[in-house]
Amino acid sequence: MIKVAKIHKFYLNNKYIVLDVNSGGVHVVDKIVYDILDLYEDHTREDIVIKLKSIYGEKAVIDAYNEIAILVKEGILFSEENNFDFKYNESNIIKAMCLHVAHDCNLKCNYCFASQGNFKGERSLMTLEVGKKALEFLAKNSGNRKNLEVDFFGGEPLMNFQLVKELVKYGREIEKIYNKNFRFTITTNGVLLDDEKIEFINENMDNVVLSLDGRKEINDNMRQTINGEGSYDIILPKFKKMVEKRGNKDYYIRGTFTNKNIDFSKDALDFYNNGFKKISIEPVVTSEEMDYALRAEHLDEVLKEYEKFSQDYINIKRKDKDFYFFHFMIDLNQGPCIIKRAVGCGAGSEYVAVTPEGDLYPCHQFVGEKEFLLGNIEDGVLNTELRDKFKNSNVYTKEECRSCWARFYCSGGCHANAYYSHTDISRPYKLGCEMEKKRIECAISILANLEE
Amino acid sequence: MQYIKTLSGKNLKNTIAKGGCGECQTSCQSACKTSCTVGNQKCENN
Repeated sequence: MIKVAKIHKFYLNNKYIVLDVNSGGVHVVDKIVYDILDLYEDHTREDIVIKLKSIYGEKAVIDAYNEIAILVKEGILFSEENNFDFKYNESNIIKAMCLHVAHDCNLKCNYCFASQGNFKGERSLMTLEVGKKALEFLAKNSGNRKNLEVDFFGGEPLMNFQLVKELVKYGREIEKIYNKNFRFTITTNGVLLDDEKIEFINENMDNVVLSLDGRKEINDNMRQTINGEGSYDIILPKFKKMVEKRGNKDYYIRGTFTNKNIDFSKDALDFYNNGFKKISIEPVVTSEEMDYALRAEHLDEVLKEYEKFSQDYINIKRKDKDFYFFHFMIDLNQGPCIIKRAVGCGAGSEYVAVTPEGDLYPCHQFVGEKEFLLGNIEDGVLNTELRDKFKNSNVYTKEECRSCWARFYCSGGCHANAYYSHTDISRPYKLGCEMEKKRIECAISILANLEE
Repeated sequence: MQYIKTLSGKNLKNTIAKGGCGECQTSCQSACKTSCTVGNQKCENN
């Protein structure tokens, strides 16, 4: 039987850090503690003193050992696995929806998982009738959940903006009837943004995700107009205006990095220097054969880049607390409960994607994959076997997650990443796991530095 | 403590009783759309 580690320790950004896997406890420790922890479970205190007293002195080893023992007693170091009656979404409540209002796009980005907007199907726009039914479907299937999330997505949702406006209005009407609170968000490439749209979005959307790739040459290599020209100069001024006018409301400027810009911290800094403070830069999701794909051979360099960026991040954060990188944010004390941490994004169960035709898929990344068709907004979820498969795919059921220290941070990873790498949603995407683990280490080391 | 500074002493076990309300944000919707990080989400039921 594999011995499952109860703690994970690492040294990063001048800090020795120990995570207690099962309790979620996080400790910044001195080197002496860091060394004792290697011996703690399998040696007596006397043995440890003998082994380490020449380095640290007897009294220090005993004192440090005793501090460890206190935390063990408190259940936040070397804690045992939580065995409890794990129940998740037994009522099959749906509370979040990705609404594909346009399967069409005015850019043709090379790496687009939506196949340049149409998800391998016909180009199409959602009708008002389908959109309204989708919102009603969500409200009716959301049980006692109050907060319902709807992301206007595409393709490019601004290509069907009149519908977006009407659905926001309709959502506000029916939320009173159903006693719900719709949180609308939109993910856009910005090409069609104008003053009127900016105003509407800023007034009505809780969050906006703005797609751009950082440096001009990086962006223009991947994100091109239909005529094959770079999109950076069209989009940047619009996003700047949008963010300027947005005030304190949430937004993320979201880039993708490929093997062509593994030095993506430069893209993050480029965003920052352009006035964007809430940033998300994601590894490309694509087949390994693509020339820009991230493959095992790139991993070391990517991990080093995260470390490098974490150092830059600490330096910026010390001067500007409003700077955020999505994957370096972590909430150790007000974070999610263990159930949320075990199940992750809820795709296929709490979260669904709706196509312009009203078909339901487990999430936006599965749209167009016929075997992942869940049902439709008229008849609801018909493929309950598929729903159950997603529902039962969590850190307790995925074999590789069972022994991974990061399981309660990444929550088993992305189902779509798993499927596209192994054609099996229960087998995590290895490269993604390694990147995620590094991001968690960076996030915690950042916190440890900023807490000083 | 002299050698250890605890950044988080919250015990996940204590969240079992009140957990699973489902009101928190769907992690992937909020900023990435292509990965899953739950550790940075906020609980809405604290």
